[in-house]
Amino acid sequence: MATVELKGVRKVYGGSVEAVKGVDISIADKAMCVLVGPSGCGKSTLLRMIAGLESITHGTIDIDGRVVNEVGPAERDIAMVFQNYALYPHMKVYDNMAYGLRNRGMKKDEIDARVKRAAETLELSALLDRRPRELSGGQRQRVAMGRAIVRNPKVFLFDEPLSNLDAKLRGQMRVEIKNLQRSLEVTSVYVTHDQLEAMTLADQLVVMNGGLVEQVGKPLDIYEKPASTFVASFIGAPPMNLLGGNGGKTGAPLTVADLSDLGVSVPPGTTTLGIRPEDIEQGDYAGEGLKTQLTVEAVEPVGAESFLHGKAGTHRLVVRVPGRSIAEPGAVLPIFAPRAKLHFFDANGKRVEG
Amino acid sequence: MIGQSSVSRIIAHVTLIIGILIVAFPIYYTFVASTHSLQTILRPPLPLLPGREFFANYYQALFGGIGQLGGVTVWTLLLNSTIVALGIALGKIFISILSAYAIVFFRFPLRMVFFWLIFITLMLPVEVRILPTYKVMVDLNLIDTYAGLIVPLIASATATLLFRQFFLTIPGELVEAARVDGAGPWRFFKDILLPLSATNIAALFVILFIYGWTQYLWPLLVTNRNDMNTIVIGLRKMISFADADTPWHLVMVTCILSIVPPVLVVVFMQRWFVRGLVETEK
Repeated sequence: MATVELKGVRKVYGGSVEAVKGVDISIADKAMCVLVGPSGCGKSTLLRMIAGLESITHGTIDIDGRVVNEVGPAERDIAMVFQNYALYPHMKVYDNMAYGLRNRGMKKDEIDARVKRAAETLELSALLDRRPRELSGGQRQRVAMGRAIVRNPKVFLFDEPLSNLDAKLRGQMRVEIKNLQRSLEVTSVYVTHDQLEAMTLADQLVVMNGGLVEQVGKPLDIYEKPASTFVASFIGAPPMNLLGGNGGKTGAPLTVADLSDLGVSVPPGTTTLGIRPEDIEQGDYAGEGLKTQLTVEAVEPVGAESFLHGKAGTHRLVVRVPGRSIAEPGAVLPIFAPRAKLHFFDANGKRVEG
Repeated sequence: MIGQSSVSRIIAHVTLIIGILIVAFPIYYTFVASTHSLQTILRPPLPLLPGREFFANYYQALFGGIGQLGGVTVWTLLLNSTIVALGIALGKIFISILSAYAIVFFRFPLRMVFFWLIFITLMLPVEVRILPTYKVMVDLNLIDTYAGLIVPLIASATATLLFRQFFLTIPGELVEAARVDGAGPWRFFKDILLPLSATNIAALFVILFIYGWTQYLWPLLVTNRNDMNTIVIGLRKMISFADADTPWHLVMVTCILSIVPPVLVVVFMQRWFVRGLVETEK
């Protein structure tokens, strides 16, 4: 159906504030691209630029081979699902979905058929005569999706569509969005700050920070090989343990003393060492890798797993243990992590292979 | 609070009844007077019950013409007042909703300058600018015309500010959703903004209709001909300094008739009016 290409896209507000500082992303046809990052990282601005709601200061955006920089939002053949749904409060569900089609001068029978079909897909058929305020949050969310799919657009844009739902409904709607996008085979761009949503929904994950792309790739590739300390700490919950010099307090590089504490050798240039909480195991280890003692300070049982918070020398660590943990605060445990599971970062926070 | 003991309930009811009497009795008395002949009215005391001249008095006032007004009927006055009040109310709503729309949703040069210009006119009510306005009306030959009665009262900062405040509460996402849905500025105004403002418009209409209906100073200045008078001015002209020259029975009829249209507007618009004041639907 359509590809989306962003080339050197920048957004400058008022001549000085740079919200997006040069972004190149290429989204494949039928793919779900998720932009994830902390608030203020420019992800929403980028989405709104793709939608045509914000002007593009530099660079080009190209949808299905056509540069759309100067094309209005209605002519870009996109549909957007907004964070607060943005349903027209005075219109019935049916009219909410039909409005965009009517504005395009589509015939009544065609509109009717499309709205009915979308309503069936989204299980909204019984609600077509209601007004938005008579619907629950999840139903409103569905109507917002329905409004997008009746248009049969080239690209779907989602702006944190699940952030107003409670946790249970969010999980449910996340699966629905994924299935819907799969079955409709529409190229999609999805913005979220929730790394769980990002990991589960994305075919292509784009991690953004401070107006720049930190890393692009498949979610699990990013999880397994984060390109920077930022990505390492943003993707994954609880986040990756990042060990620097001086107990990680001052951002100082790892010293020889630190390394001997941790019993590990690192490639040249490494200043920060990263280990996922689930990659740390208990016991003695004969192979090469991180070997040290953990003094447990707190135990967080969450059911299927437990998290041990503690200290190895001056370094704070979180360790994920499956099931119940038998460790009590104050216990000292031998821990290790094979060298293949370690991540190394240089002084600029960039990944060092080793 | 209310109805906790029978004593407090009685006191509350007595207070309310006294209040109603104070408000309603003069109107009732006016109505009673409007159903008696002039002779009965001039020979006190006035009876407390309606008389037999109801049809005769009302027919004469509405269709017979009134001597003090050069034979103009109260019907004509009612019509004039209705046209003027409707013109002012609708004109104000029309102008102010459009200007508020421009100021809130469009970015154009000097936008804030225009906003402040409109805002400043709040400090210039009709009475302050009455002489220059009168001069303009004379130069434009608008004395004794509906345009002359209506147009100077239309320019309204209050209504513009009201609509502006309401428009500012409309979420930006709704505007953007409409843009993505292919609604241009005009479609957005017509399909989304107007329906959402319906209750506000209704409330404003009631307030402005009554404002227009009760105008006194400006209609007094800008009309000379009797047949262009509004009912408020007509009523004033019917009362002469010499008591005997005043057709009191017809004055009372005119009073009652002059109350009816605003009351009807309030009664019929009441549901919308209250909703417009208390609820914003979003």
